[in-house]
Amino acid sequence: MNMLKTFSKGGVHPSENKISANRSIEILPLPQKVSIPVSQHIGAPATILVAKGDKVKVGQIIAQSAGFVSANIHSSVSGTVESIDAVLDSSGYKRQTITITVEGDEWESSIDRTTDLKKDIQLTSQDIIKRINEAGIVGLGGATFPSHVKLSVPSGKKADVLIINGVECEPYLTSDHRLMLEKGHELMVGIQILMKALNVSKALIGIENNKPDAINYLKIIAGEYKGIEVHALKVKYPQGGEKQLIKALVNREVPSGGLPIDIGTVVHNVGTAFAVYEAVQKNKPLFERVVTVTGKILPRTANYMVRIGTSVSDLIAAAGGLPEDTGKVVNGGPMMGKALVNTDVPVTKGTSGIIVFQSKESKRKTESVCIRCAKCVSICPMGLEPYLLNKLGQQMIFDRMEQENVLDCMECGSCSFECPAHLPLLDYIRLGKAEVSKIIRSRKN
Amino acid sequence: MSSVLLLSILMLSLLGIVLAIILYLVAQKFKVFEDPRIDQVEAILPGANCGGCGFPGCRGFADAFVKTDDITRMFCPVGGNDTMAAAAAIMGKTVEAKETQVAVIRCAGSPENRKRIVQYDGATSCKIATSLYGGDTGCQFGCLGLGDCVAVCKFDAIYIDPTTLLPVVDEEKCTSCGACVKACPKFIIELRKKGPKGKRIFVSCINKDKGGIARKACQVACIGCGKCVKTCPHDAITMENNLAYIDFNKCKLCRKCVEECPTGAIREANFPPRKPKIEAEVQTEKTE
Ligand code: SF4
Ligand code: SF4
Ligand code: SF4
Ligand code: SF4
Repeated sequence: MNMLKTFSKGGVHPSENKISANRSIEILPLPQKVSIPVSQHIGAPATILVAKGDKVKVGQIIAQSAGFVSANIHSSVSGTVESIDAVLDSSGYKRQTITITVEGDEWESSIDRTTDLKKDIQLTSQDIIKRINEAGIVGLGGATFPSHVKLSVPSGKKADVLIINGVECEPYLTSDHRLMLEKGHELMVGIQILMKALNVSKALIGIENNKPDAINYLKIIAGEYKGIEVHALKVKYPQGGEKQLIKALVNREVPSGGLPIDIGTVVHNVGTAFAVYEAVQKNKPLFERVVTVTGKILPRTANYMVRIGTSVSDLIAAAGGLPEDTGKVVNGGPMMGKALVNTDVPVTKGTSGIIVFQSKESKRKTESVCIRCAKCVSICPMGLEPYLLNKLGQQMIFDRMEQENVLDCMECGSCSFECPAHLPLLDYIRLGKAEVSKIIRSRKN
Repeated sequence: MSSVLLLSILMLSLLGIVLAIILYLVAQKFKVFEDPRIDQVEAILPGANCGGCGFPGCRGFADAFVKTDDITRMFCPVGGNDTMAAAAAIMGKTVEAKETQVAVIRCAGSPENRKRIVQYDGATSCKIATSLYGGDTGCQFGCLGLGDCVAVCKFDAIYIDPTTLLPVVDEEKCTSCGACVKACPKFIIELRKKGPKGKRIFVSCINKDKGGIARKACQVACIGCGKCVKTCPHDAITMENNLAYIDFNKCKLCRKCVEECPTGAIREANFPPRKPKIEAEVQTEKTE
């Protein structure tokens, strides 16, 4: 038996709990209204183009990208703009949001709504990037970094391989898994489009070995497309991290503070590649995505195709409603996701899953003291010393944290997960990252 | 045998003397003149090394104090006016007395007034909690009660009240060093003039939401109704972003606004209890 590939440094094995893996993607019925925040991506919030009372159609642009690192926002429904106001977002802060009352389902006529597969790519590399920018596509794996920025390779650098992230290493989440099984051909064409945009002849899809059906299926159909290889990877968290995935697939290391492009690679998520297919071949901007709704105590788990802006409470209601004993509702995966302070918040481009935990599952265990077991050091995929960073963070010695490369932390949460003393290591590391970034910024000015 | 002993004692003594002379000469050559007044000023300062003056510790302050020409902008909040006068005397200067200040907490959202809607179980640090979410109540401006301000106070002047879950400043101990003001990620704490006999009036809220939203989140929030602005006979109150602010210098401590505020967002400190006469008047007014 040959050894499966994986990354070499650190990593953990949380229980997988992929409860919704067998549930095919369902289309969630249209909600009564949607709330679409203008900042769903990393970078500048988009500038609002509509006013209260305006009629909009599905796919119409309602907020325009405000700069290079920013993204367009499109209406996900047809109806009337009810209000433009600051609305609570998933972390309890108010964000500028466009609320639209749904009337019918009238799409922009330029969008091709047929389901036929369109294989030949007519656009040039530059036009592809332009179209992706117009369609408001951001990294759908959760990072929400505007995709056109990653595709615009800076001069002097060159990509030689495209890496497609089908790892889905977070426990519970299954949206990428279902997408690979059900939209395999569209995904392949999407990858070809990305290859053309980057001008590379090779693309590698990395999928963890706990999804053998997806691996087999994509391996079979990959034969029809030039230059695409499917690789099975050993299950290990956080393999979905860009740097870990690159290491696993092509055995290159991104230098500290560097980007994948520095070593000739560009990474995109499978969800993003599918959105690229729809944008380029079907002229459909990004206004819906697959969201996993799951949890051990939910009566019914599901993978829904959801219009952006639908309320999380609508999603949970469709999945059978919030059980009595709910302790936490998490947006994203259980390792890197964030607990919601209230469920009346909209699904955004970065929402890959909603997980409902029972109160007893969700309680943090009481902290004790660090016993210097060095578990956190050995599992840290970035080679950091979390116990030390935690102490430095508590004592607010931020210059030392900078020397200890705190900014390399990818916030995977493995250290807090493994710590036998249940210390909130990542909390203090995050604090350190924020403060160190501030210090560096002030140094530049 | 004894000559060996004698010789070694002699040799070592000689060596000691020669080295001492060298050391003395070197010290003379590299001598740095330091103004003796720096030591004198430092001796007067409280020695708290709190950094409230903006210098790295009391020595840093003394050094700058002696070397600068213009001392009017320098102030040791811990030592206060007496210390400043004494320090200025050393320099042969005088300083104007500053009004003493005290830290005030501009949030009154106790659990009674402000319902907790989520439970936070992360690290005990207001800074970390702020980076994670808006807060455990409907108010994204209010105090988180995790005590970053308490942790930084060098004078033990601030503590979290176990029933209101809000910080309380001990006026006697507070030196107005401002450490808590800098530590609070929510910008809740303000240094305010202490006022005559400690009497002062301030809006104990920083919620900038519109009235309905603010009131829903907290019963004692400033709802930006503007009643206080209209009532104030001395033009001391201004309104910005649905939040009233009272200018200490204009406020004549008449307490009219306190009575007028429908939510009770305005706080009065160290006033004697109101005369029952006024209450009776108010009551008769109501019955009429
Ligand atoms: S959260 Fe950061 S420090 Fe902790 S294991 Fe992950 S990369 Fe390392
Ligand atoms: S309460 Fe605040 S201003 Fe007063 S002494 Fe303590 S830290 Fe300084
Ligand atoms: S006043 Fe500020 S620092 Fe003090 S407990 Fe409240 S939020 Fe924390
Ligand atoms: S009267 Fe009270 S609620 Fe109204 S603006 Fe003044 S402080 Fe705010």
